Amino acid sequence: MGVLVPNKDDLLRQYRTMMVIRRFEEEAARHYAKGNIGGFLHLYIGQEAIAVAAAEVLEDRDYIFQTYRDHGIALARGMSVNAAMAELFGKDTGCSRGLGGSMHFFDVQRGFLGGWAIVGGHLALAAGTAFKSKYAGEDRVTICFFGDGSTNIGGFHEAMSLAGLWKLPVVFVCENNQYAMGTPLERTSPLKDLSIKAKGYGMVGDRLEGHDVEVVQEHIAEAVARARSGEGPTFIEIQTYRFRGHSMSDPAKYRSRTELEQRKQQDPVVLVRERLIGLGVDEHALDDIDIEIDEEIDAAVRFADESPPAREDVMMNTVLAPEGGS
Amino acid sequence: MRELRYREALREAMLEEMERDDRVFLMGEEVGHYQGAYKVSEGLLDKFGERRVIDTPIAEAGFAGVGIGAAMVGLRPIIEFMTWNFSFVAFDQIISNAAKVHQMSAGEIDVPIVFRGPNGAAKQVGSQHSHSAAPFYTHIPGLYVVQPSTPRDAKGLLKSAIRSNNPVVFLEGETLYGVQGEVPDEGVEELIPIGESRLARPGADCTIVTWGRPYYTVLAAAERLAAEGIECEVIDPRTLRPLDTTLMVQSVKKTNRCVVVHEHWPYGGPGAEIVDRLQREAFDYLDAPLERVTGLDVPMPYALNLEDKVLPTEDRVIDAVKRVSYSK
Ligand SMILES: Cc1ncc(C[n+]2csc(CCOP(=O)(O)OP(=O)(O)O)c2C)c(N)n1
Ligand SMILES: [Mg+2]
Repeated sequence: MGVLVPNKDDLLRQYRTMMVIRRFEEEAARHYAKGNIGGFLHLYIGQEAIAVAAAEVLEDRDYIFQTYRDHGIALARGMSVNAAMAELFGKDTGCSRGLGGSMHFFDVQRGFLGGWAIVGGHLALAAGTAFKSKYAGEDRVTICFFGDGSTNIGGFHEAMSLAGLWKLPVVFVCENNQYAMGTPLERTSPLKDLSIKAKGYGMVGDRLEGHDVEVVQEHIAEAVARARSGEGPTFIEIQTYRFRGHSMSDPAKYRSRTELEQRKQQDPVVLVRERLIGLGVDEHALDDIDIEIDEEIDAAVRFADESPPAREDVMMNTVLAPEGGS
Repeated sequence: MRELRYREALREAMLEEMERDDRVFLMGEEVGHYQGAYKVSEGLLDKFGERRVIDTPIAEAGFAGVGIGAAMVGLRPIIEFMTWNFSFVAFDQIISNAAKVHQMSAGEIDVPIVFRGPNGAAKQVGSQHSHSAAPFYTHIPGLYVVQPSTPRDAKGLLKSAIRSNNPVVFLEGETLYGVQGEVPDEGVEELIPIGESRLARPGADCTIVTWGRPYYTVLAAAERLAAEGIECEVIDPRTLRPLDTTLMVQSVKKTNRCVVVHEHWPYGGPGAEIVDRLQREAFDYLDAPLERVTGLDVPMPYALNLEDKVLPTEDRVIDAVKRVSYSK
């Protein structure tokens, strides 16, 4: 890995995206409380550096899978805040036309192949898109995100087994935010270091702290390069932390204030902001970016609010794909 | 009698049975320290300790199988699925193992296990989290399938399920946990037998068979119909396998018409089974084709305006009753 040479423009762009995610999530939480958003809402606040780093590394042609905690990567990949907010509001203009909701964002144009809500269920799908890349001789890497709690289920084991065996061009990223819902890692796994699991599948394992977007980029870039060059999959465990509860219905009583406050000292967004200031960027310029983002998010809420509701005909017509043309 | 919430009734059933029998334990995700994802098991860890209230990693096939294995050699596990949607990754354990061992072993091995948890649509939780699981499990010989609608039935049936020597699929209502209803006083033990239906509302004009969440939709619709002079008789099967049609047949012989209302999809399942049996067992008494009001035949959408269309509504029930009654 090379020495970090922060590039101001890159970092500014990354700061902006991270702030978009942060503000989007905060606004979503508010509208959930108001009843404009329903169902389950899992926020990405605190984990932003990971999605943004991945989006920086990936090519447009690459594929991405994520769990239900999917707003961050969707936005980092370039989904408009309008389409994202409208989905949460259950509107026809949403990224899944109001049919998917928070847990099931899709942006197929950008290779974002979904937010998935059954733990472990999407890992094999990621191996599947990677299989297609190999089958068709295409230079497309798949990246698949999931939580620490997802590393104990059969779906994880089987996907990792196949990907390792067939040296598929896929990167498995475990966002270890220390909790599976209310259960801390020490009560879901006898391992402290999850990355050693990689060895059992004959793939490379890696492990790092996830609050520094530049560090995360380096590690993901290395794994993506490995996949792209045909050397097979990587399993990366990225240590991170969610600043909110598991979902909006979780008061997160299982952790202490002190723990949370301590973790907030490593806020990935604050870290980038401070680094930018260190690089000579004027604070006011960053404030201007923040204001611009606030306006963008406000506009997204207006857009979502004014959009037409999800449509019954779309619901009925999307149960099965039309036949013919094969 | 006192009033309890559905979730409290379930908790009492587990508590009483765990006090009564050391072989009974509760295992599942977040059942202990978190006090249950839906707070059904609240307080049980404090009372019984980590030996008997066991938090698991997210590994449904694993802990369902652990439960079945433990049951094969004498324990009486209660396995909680955080929701029944997550039972599908443990499907093989339930279908191929729990439901088969007794006969495969020529009756040598019993599997006294309860699989329980919230079932059905909640509110806007989307297609992967809104399954009404009854049809998947009612298809399987070797399983009991119970789906209580009221707190009293929840308690009395769960106690019977825990004491049963066979695997029981116990489907709770995700939206029913807060429902309040009469439950026998403390110290008054009530075991409601698996496989007995219940008359929920008497009426002479039209029979409605329903269970689970639509039970409450139907009772509300029945009130509105009564105001128009149509008295519905409502029957809750309570157990979907084995299915007790005695009350249903008696009722249809009186009302000569019947509507079956359920949340699960229309293709097959207990809804279709009930209709099949009634047309045979009460054919000569029917004045109209049997009707069903069901969840629409689509994966559940997120948007509330569409979810409201998919789930059975009072209006759809009323329309169906009027159709079979040939009244406007
Ligand atoms: C098979 C399955 N079991 C249970 C659940 C319920 N559930 C949803 S998220 C979750 C915790 C997941 O934790 P983790 O994998 O660490 O991801 P995080 O939410 O922390 O990002 C659980 C238990 C589920 N969705 N799927
Ligand atoms: Mg986690």
